[in-house]
Amino acid sequence: MDIIERIKQQVEGNPIVIFMKGTPQMPQCGFSARTTQALKAAGAEFAHVNVLADPEIFQNLPRYANWPTFPQVYINGELIGGCDITVDLFESGELHKMVAEAKNQQPKAAAH
Amino acid sequence: MTAARVEMIHQRLTAALAPEHLTIIDESHKHAGHAGAQSGGGHFAVTLVSKAFSGQGLLARHRMVYDALGSAMHTDIHALSIRAFTPDEFNPH
Repeated sequence: MDIIERIKQQVEGNPIVIFMKGTPQMPQCGFSARTTQALKAAGAEFAHVNVLADPEIFQNLPRYANWPTFPQVYINGELIGGCDITVDLFESGELHKMVAEAKNQQPKAAAH
Repeated sequence: MTAARVEMIHQRLTAALAPEHLTIIDESHKHAGHAGAQSGGGHFAVTLVSKAFSGQGLLARHRMVYDALGSAMHTDIHALSIRAFTPDEFNPH
């Protein structure tokens, strides 16, 4: 499958997905660690893609999203940002709302 | 090396965004030894106050900073923490 298609499937097939270095259980980067902590604290259930284990995604995701760094968090198919923005949204209470809304919506790509 | 990078970041951000306030902190030393640091790119934290951010959301502001830094995001900068404010947000009346 085309790499861009593969990224799209992850982004659109999960209500919330984080592309990160390492895993939520064993993050390999402080920014990825802080971002997953914010998501968890906001009550999110989320999918993750370990970009260190998938060199193709590591190389192509920045181009896909026009966003040069990791982690990247997508809610309902849209990039919300990296570590700084996710933590900002958590601190302002906005992330809780976005997470709650995502739970109520099923993205089209996930419907079989 | 490090001072030259900070200077380069300063020049590019100043040219593109005309910030009223700009601080750049080199945090590379905090991350020496971790996997990402081996590529040679530095870790930096920037705080900018600029009128250019007025009416822009967080995502757009970060993209403006990334765009201003351009190719350096792929070469000299491994990680960048960004705090971007408008003058009104930075000095609330």
